[in-house]
Amino acid sequence: MRGWTLQRTTEATAPAPDLATRFNGALRRVPVWAVYGLGVLPAVWLFWQAATNTLGIDPVREIEHRLGELGLQFIVGGLVVTPLRRIAGLNLLRFRRAIGLIAFFYVLAHLAAWLVLDMGMLWGQVAADIWKRPYITMGMAGFLMLLPLALTSNNWSIRKLGGARWRLLHKLVYPAALAGAVHYLWLVKAWPVEPFLYLGGIIALLAIRVWFARGR
Amino acid sequence: MTYRFKTPLTWADVTPKPAFLNRRQLMAGAAALMATPALARLTYTPSGYSTDEAPNTFEEITGYNNFYEFGTGKEDPKNNSGAFTTDPWAVQIDGLVERPGSYDLADILGGVALEERIYRLRCVEAWSMVVPWIGFQLSTLLDRVGVQPGAKFVAFETVTRPEEMPGQRRAILDWPYREGLRIDEAMNPLTILATGLYGEEMPKQNGAPIRLVVPWKYGFKSIKSIVRISLTEGEPPATWKQMQGSEYGFYANVNPEVDHPRWSQASERRVGAGLFAGRVPTQMFNGYGDEVAGLYAGMDLAKNY
Repeated sequence: MRGWTLQRTTEATAPAPDLATRFNGALRRVPVWAVYGLGVLPAVWLFWQAATNTLGIDPVREIEHRLGELGLQFIVGGLVVTPLRRIAGLNLLRFRRAIGLIAFFYVLAHLAAWLVLDMGMLWGQVAADIWKRPYITMGMAGFLMLLPLALTSNNWSIRKLGGARWRLLHKLVYPAALAGAVHYLWLVKAWPVEPFLYLGGIIALLAIRVWFARGR
Repeated sequence: MTYRFKTPLTWADVTPKPAFLNRRQLMAGAAALMATPALARLTYTPSGYSTDEAPNTFEEITGYNNFYEFGTGKEDPKNNSGAFTTDPWAVQIDGLVERPGSYDLADILGGVALEERIYRLRCVEAWSMVVPWIGFQLSTLLDRVGVQPGAKFVAFETVTRPEEMPGQRRAILDWPYREGLRIDEAMNPLTILATGLYGEEMPKQNGAPIRLVVPWKYGFKSIKSIVRISLTEGEPPATWKQMQGSEYGFYANVNPEVDHPRWSQASERRVGAGLFAGRVPTQMFNGYGDEVAGLYAGMDLAKNY
């Protein structure tokens, strides 16, 4: 850490080998599967804790909430890629598909935890809740928007749809991210900080895009 | 079914259930003694009002609850209540009573016989537990201080001590926490002031040293760490009702047919039942309808939620 800071200050005075360029060069050697590998680690850890009964007094709630929060975190991670490239020059584009698919995996697991562990597959109440409870409606809407994105996150779909249409379709991640954050904020009692942080972060990341789209 | 290994042990060698339960209790007791030397065994008698359902464990009851004075997380009360002091403790009893005054806790407890009341507890968040409270009927205290004929409600107030209660340093709720009951609800034999659980003095995180327990209402009505009881003519303010009146009413009776605006109250998850236990149907008045349904005869419970 100290070395990094030192390097950075020296580079600030002598900007010859750009830090971002060197960072991008190093990233090129990181295989994409490594991102998938890192992405499933929290799931493995959660599964291990569930199996060893170390998730606290209410493991159902813990599993459900952690999976949902991980989904939101990876969605935010995916939204960070473009601003990071445009502002800092860091190119993480190669990893974005992996980040997005991992996000979808956690959202799907979160939904499954709700259906099976929390609701105990009471399908009647599940259907009524999706219809009647705004925060659940919102969560389901977010999931349904992510579904076509996950299904078309492959080269074949990009070729089939054509780049322009594929990019347009994948803009669905913006409303999906907002739906996820509102879903979180809507279910809490009183006003804890975390859901506001996610919603604020997502709004900021979308605002940056609007800013760039307007040519600043 | 084939067994892969043989053992000389037979069923006769299995520790009998009373013995291991007893051992577990001793260990829990020893651990509690080491952790908080102030906790003492209480003397109490069993009660006919207790459910025969199996209580949640001491760890579950004391490690998972809402007590926003110590933070909004379910583990916050246990983790953040260490600095809370509950001795000395006095309760101000005032309003429409014959003998108002500041009553020392020892004085209050001097006049009552403690009972164990094993009650179901249903949280408004749709989870539930079974808790072996130790306490006495609120009516005995109210009779002792003398309720004036004009009194129609009982108001309760939690202690305000931001220096000991970190949650109170933020305006999460409008402190102090307040709750209230109609006088007939307060006099109902099911309504108790609890001073302990699992045979021991009330743990700090569960509302020490004295708290209300109203088992047919959502948990937030059962106000904790009480410092003031007032008899009033009009309906007293209640914290959650003031905060969000469309979601939390004054009555807050457990009712599977009247949903919280944001979630269903038709079923509940019993904490500690296991990963795949699913949900159980929520009972009207949390299953205490025989004792309390009469209090609400002729009332529209969808309006008076």
